[in-house]
Amino acid sequence: MPTFEYAPAPESRAVVDIPDSYRLWIGGEWVEGRGTPFPTINPATEETLSTVAEATAEDVDAAVRAARTAYTRIWSRMSGTDRGKYLFRIARIMQERARELAVLETLDNGKPIKETRDFDVPTAAAHFFYHAGWADKLEYAGLGSSPRPHGVVGQIIPWNFPLLMLAWKIAPALACGNTVVLKPAETTPLAALLFADICQQADLPPGVVNLVTGAGATGQAIVDHPGIDKIAFTGSTAVGKMIARSIAGSDKHATLELGGKAANVVFDDAPLDQAIEGIVGGIFFNQGQVCCAGSRVLAQENIVDDVVDRLKRRLETLRLGDPLDKNTDVGAINSERQLARITELSAVGEAEGAVRWDTGCPLPKNGFWFRPTLFTEVSQSHRIAQEEIFGPVLSVLTFRTPGEAVAKANNTPYGLSAGVWTEKGSRILWMADQLKAGVVWANTFNQFDPTSPFGGYKESGYGREGGRHGLAAYVRKGTQQ
Amino acid sequence: MSTSTTTDSAARARDLLGVSGLTNRALAAWLHGLPGVDQVGCEARAAGLKTRSIKTDSKRWAIDLAISMIDLTTLEGADTPGKVRGLATRALVPDPSDPSTPSPAAVCVYGDMVAVAKETLGESGIGVAAVATAFPSGRASLEVKLADTREAVAAGADEIDMVIDRGAFLAGDYLTVYDQIVAVKDACTRADGSAARLKVIMETGELVTYDNVRRASWLSMLAGGDFIKTSTGKISPAATLPVTVVMLEAVRDWHALIGEMVGVKPAGGIRTSKDAISFLVAVHEIAGEDWLDNTWFRFGASSLLNDLILQRQRMSLGVYSGADYIADDAPSAY
Repeated sequence: MPTFEYAPAPESRAVVDIPDSYRLWIGGEWVEGRGTPFPTINPATEETLSTVAEATAEDVDAAVRAARTAYTRIWSRMSGTDRGKYLFRIARIMQERARELAVLETLDNGKPIKETRDFDVPTAAAHFFYHAGWADKLEYAGLGSSPRPHGVVGQIIPWNFPLLMLAWKIAPALACGNTVVLKPAETTPLAALLFADICQQADLPPGVVNLVTGAGATGQAIVDHPGIDKIAFTGSTAVGKMIARSIAGSDKHATLELGGKAANVVFDDAPLDQAIEGIVGGIFFNQGQVCCAGSRVLAQENIVDDVVDRLKRRLETLRLGDPLDKNTDVGAINSERQLARITELSAVGEAEGAVRWDTGCPLPKNGFWFRPTLFTEVSQSHRIAQEEIFGPVLSVLTFRTPGEAVAKANNTPYGLSAGVWTEKGSRILWMADQLKAGVVWANTFNQFDPTSPFGGYKESGYGREGGRHGLAAYVRKGTQQ
Repeated sequence: MSTSTTTDSAARARDLLGVSGLTNRALAAWLHGLPGVDQVGCEARAAGLKTRSIKTDSKRWAIDLAISMIDLTTLEGADTPGKVRGLATRALVPDPSDPSTPSPAAVCVYGDMVAVAKETLGESGIGVAAVATAFPSGRASLEVKLADTREAVAAGADEIDMVIDRGAFLAGDYLTVYDQIVAVKDACTRADGSAARLKVIMETGELVTYDNVRRASWLSMLAGGDFIKTSTGKISPAATLPVTVVMLEAVRDWHALIGEMVGVKPAGGIRTSKDAISFLVAVHEIAGEDWLDNTWFRFGASSLLNDLILQRQRMSLGVYSGADYIADDAPSAY
């Protein structure tokens, strides 16, 4: 072997047992769905993993009724201390079954095992641990002396972080005393269905968590159901707007976590090697299918060539391939549809005059794959600089002054996250103040912690998840009578 | 000869810095103009490299490469000719049970033991590296440091491992550090015009910050060091992965700027095969394939060889042997 080739180091699939078909999990029981069952596939191989039930409006109604019963009879009467015990138990079981969850998530989503193993699963467990701690301390969270739960919460989550988004939604809802009807994304339902098993193992009272699988129609049934007190949605801005329209005039509450077009702003005094790492992590983590992905680099014009050279050299070392291989950095795109969108927008970028570059690495024959791609000479008016691509495609733009950097960073309909790279502390604080983004990372990117609120400005949605702010989305503020 | 080398390196340094005379102010402006290193990001990068999973054929290949990159080291007050002979013999026959085991690159000793090591190693191709310049503290006059170096070279040392004046570096007296490296480099030249390769020990454990490590790396390369080396092994922390990452970035960027390769040698604290392989992954992914060769990368280590051989035996036998199956000529005297 003349060069250092890393031999395959695949994680074993044997830890996961995937049944041929799944039903809906309602009222603590597995029940048949009334709709047409649909397959869920491994996007890295296009192999069918299992068949999943489709929940109709009737099924959703059953789930909401089960949640209501659990709410009025059990969960809303239980002390915070006891609710916390269940959440702690769930968190511990998630840790115990971490390997199983990681492998299943990688199979169903296509993301690399090193991400599910080192990020998705540990962070999901951390959210349960964190919110378990809040369950008996809500009166001290600054949400009034007697914060009350909403009741039944309808939650709709995306396919990019199936388990983690579930944790972001379910953990605070349950900690605050709500019960839940949750719909996982139609391309990635398996993590949620394994979570049902974890709830059973934790002896969670029936109906506190209900899982309905299906696509848009199922989601619409949740949004439209009169028995739902609050909607929590993470996904595209288009769907978010539909939800906002549907619930307008009703007394449903909502939090929406939508798209983004984040900028990583790199000043000429930045710690350059770490900035490159941050940019690469910011856009190629999870194949760029991250709402807060740093899909634009705004590099100061006097260093842009150096930044681009370094980026290219770094991208050459990314390893694309079998997501179960522990050395894989870039996995599969989640679905054929998403791949088509990434392909289309990249073609538009080229057609509009931006310069396209990719690593040229070989792609596996089956499955949905897209090479890490870099666009230079991108202008603010190019579609690839405005629209969320939601894939491993990075656009490099330049700026001359801090003011111009802020103007360009803010000049999108979105406002979810941003990154600032400079060794100058005062500039970091000034930038954080100017950037219209829910999260501003300084000399780092894509850091998530349950204690830190996450959410957007403008078309990136409203409401926060995580931290004390995240609790506010799951309670009605109140004062003791 | 010696004057021309000094002049060449000074001219190149002035040229690189774009100044008419090398001064502390010019060196400070240049070194402080290098991009900073973010500690958190640098350590995260190193931790990421550590998660690479190197198995089967790759592991076998990496173990042999790592063995061939070792500077097998003994640097103790209690070193005797017997111990040095034993260590040199060990380098010749690293594993008596398997002659296919590669030899380390060099044996690293104090200057007064060079002749002993040389005698045993003969024309085997295994080098003798000598620590010099009032190792490990470097607290001596330049004359003493140069005499120390010349003696080791005259005794047959193929490589000289010098220490920089950390006190001068921390005080901002970069010119003194630079001048001393240039002078020692000059003293590495033999009568026939050939020269011992110079490794510059920065003692990163005393420099503390990654910014300092980056600056010291560039200063050492500017002064003509053939290798930049982390540590003496006498100060903790010694060779950490993040420090080595910063140094690998330095030699990579220096190569991009000048077109010349400089070697990297982490030394001290690397004891297991797993650690060594993480360093090789870092070399591969940061500096690149060209550095995966013992001309450009070394491990300064004493006990690492034992673990590499243990793992090598395990990979060929399928089972672990044990310490008593690894011939060891340099066990601790205490």
